[in-house]
Amino acid sequence: MVTTARPRTKKPNYHWMLHAGLIAGAVLMLYPLLWMIGSSFKPEGQIFSDLNPIPQSLDFSNYIKGWTLGTGVSFTTFYLNSFMICAGAIVGNLFSCSLAAYAFARINFKFKPVLFALMLGTLMLPFHVIVVPQYIIFNTLGWTNSFLPLIVPKFFAVDAFFIFLMVQFIRGIPVELEQAAMVDGCNRGQTFLLIILPLLTPALVTTTIFTFIWTYNDFFGQLLYLNNERKYTVALGLRQFLDASGQSSWGAMFAMTTLSLLPVFVIFLFFQKRLVDGIATTGLKG
Amino acid sequence: MATVQIRDVLKSYGTLQVIHGISLDIADGQFVALVGPSGCGKSTLLRMIAGLEEISGGDVEIGEVIVNDLPPKDRDIAMVFQNYALYPHMTVAQNMGFSLRMQGISKAEIRAKVERAAEILGLQQLLDRHPRHLSGGQRQRVAMGRAIVRAPQVFLFDEPLSNLDAKLRVQMRSEIKELHQRLQTTTVYVTHDQIEAMTLADRIVVLNAGRIEQVGSPLELYDTPETLFVAGFIGSPSMNLIKGKVVLGDSPTIVTTDGVSLPLPLVSGLEAGSEITYGFRPEHLSIDPSGMKATVVVIEPTGSETQVNARFGTTPITAIFRDRVDFRPGDSVPLLPDNKRAHVFDTLTGQRLHA
Ligand SMILES: Nc1ncnc2c1ncn2[C@@H]1O[C@H](COP(=O)(O)OP(=O)(O)OP(=O)(O)O)[C@@H](O)[C@H]1O
Ligand SMILES: [Mg+2]
Repeated sequence: MVTTARPRTKKPNYHWMLHAGLIAGAVLMLYPLLWMIGSSFKPEGQIFSDLNPIPQSLDFSNYIKGWTLGTGVSFTTFYLNSFMICAGAIVGNLFSCSLAAYAFARINFKFKPVLFALMLGTLMLPFHVIVVPQYIIFNTLGWTNSFLPLIVPKFFAVDAFFIFLMVQFIRGIPVELEQAAMVDGCNRGQTFLLIILPLLTPALVTTTIFTFIWTYNDFFGQLLYLNNERKYTVALGLRQFLDASGQSSWGAMFAMTTLSLLPVFVIFLFFQKRLVDGIATTGLKG
Repeated sequence: MATVQIRDVLKSYGTLQVIHGISLDIADGQFVALVGPSGCGKSTLLRMIAGLEEISGGDVEIGEVIVNDLPPKDRDIAMVFQNYALYPHMTVAQNMGFSLRMQGISKAEIRAKVERAAEILGLQQLLDRHPRHLSGGQRQRVAMGRAIVRAPQVFLFDEPLSNLDAKLRVQMRSEIKELHQRLQTTTVYVTHDQIEAMTLADRIVVLNAGRIEQVGSPLELYDTPETLFVAGFIGSPSMNLIKGKVVLGDSPTIVTTDGVSLPLPLVSGLEAGSEITYGFRPEHLSIDPSGMKATVVVIEPTGSETQVNARFGTTPITAIFRDRVDFRPGDSVPLLPDNKRAHVFDTLTGQRLHA
């Protein structure tokens, strides 16, 4: 009794101050985002005159205006394009990175250490260094203004980060599991498909999410290779509001930007748990 | 079921040779234990039989077929690993039925076979669980279930009990023995625990540094170890081994550097002054006035028997008596090895000198 009472009298509770400080910081950080979301519901004239992020009324006209954009191609196309590129990149990365990782983690071949180091080395290589040569290659292939430059490379295990992630993961899977599978009648391919891949699920989920987000947000790559409006993605679509007609269509842009955040937000919402927990690999040992 | 023949098998990792020419015939239905100290190549040999390790030289035959170049899946073997290697993402039933699934057997038939195996091992209640929800003993049983479900030609076990606690180990040991008596499948069982080998096997192969020291039934190895290594390895507590020189008088004697002198059994090849090792098991010592004086160090009664650690001169020896003893630490007691059951080895070659 005495011991619990004493600190209470002696030490005032500073928690609320701490929280207030943190909340203030959070609001400060979030203000631009909130302002943008709020502005997407405001009439054009109010956007820059009213700094209060909370709109006076919910006006969806910006959304309707923004979606169709007035140039004939709507955001329906942009979203479909974005999702198509994302899907292609995800399939490519899952397929190629898992295979590459398996080879690095489990198969002995000549120059493996050197190749592994080289592969990791590409992580340090700034994107800008390879932009020009890459563009020349794809241009020669006649692939510009198509999704191919954004999807096809993913089928050749170019994302060293994911390979590394999976290599580490596979190294943590006991070899005995694979040996047991071989004794049970699997060849290498079946061992990979039936044992390694299922156990790799957490890493595969991570790869899926990050590939989605990175591809979805990849403005530069898409800007580089896509120049027909019908091929535009969401990221490129948003840019249209700025230079399309010279008119200020800020409201529409904020509306579409707000919408464009949704997929990423939803993905985080649903996969956050899967990102964290993995299949516990405790079929081993007592 | 099948015979397993191993002929002059070699194994090297790069320039390091770990198996130096091993030959072994395993009869159909036999239970063979491979024992030896850590690193002697037991697992390597077993994994070569399984096809998980390339064979650097010699032949391995399973059921009269040379399998050197066959992948594990074509050898019709089942293996139980030390860490069980259960597939974590599959239920017990899926784990057990996995090999059948790979053979393309129908779902109904797999279910039936898995259920039969589960019944043998008492796993019926656990079929829908995942390995991570099982205890160590249950996992071990599932690993065995996975092996027996497919009725292979040969079972291979690599220290299957070493992750269990002592009590469970003894229990599973007798279950494995019972299983073998029931299924009569040719079995190769790796262990470093000589008691496990003694109790389970029809035949024991003692390996040392990649070579076979001796092959024989458990009692053959116990009663007539052919080498010093086997003498020291088989038996617990292990055999007393006393090093010394031969003195030939009226009857041959061994004399140690610290003055212990004991009569030797009659064996051939004893030469005066040659270096020999005299061995006798703890239970073959008796208290006899004509024996050698030993100083008692520790007395460990277990009720059924009494283990006495003593010293002949400076050489520590162990004695086991079925009767209760009435001496105390520090006492001097005359102990006499039973020469009808004693062993003499050439110290330099490590080979047994026969009668
Ligand atoms: N992949 C490998 N590369 C190099 N040497 C190896 C390899 N695997 C095993 N060895 C060596 O081969 C020898 C035999 O190993 P093995 O695993 O067969 O021993 P073991 O008798 O099973 O021992 P334990 O009782 O500790 O399991 C050891 O000296 C070991 O260091
Ligand atoms: Mg081993």
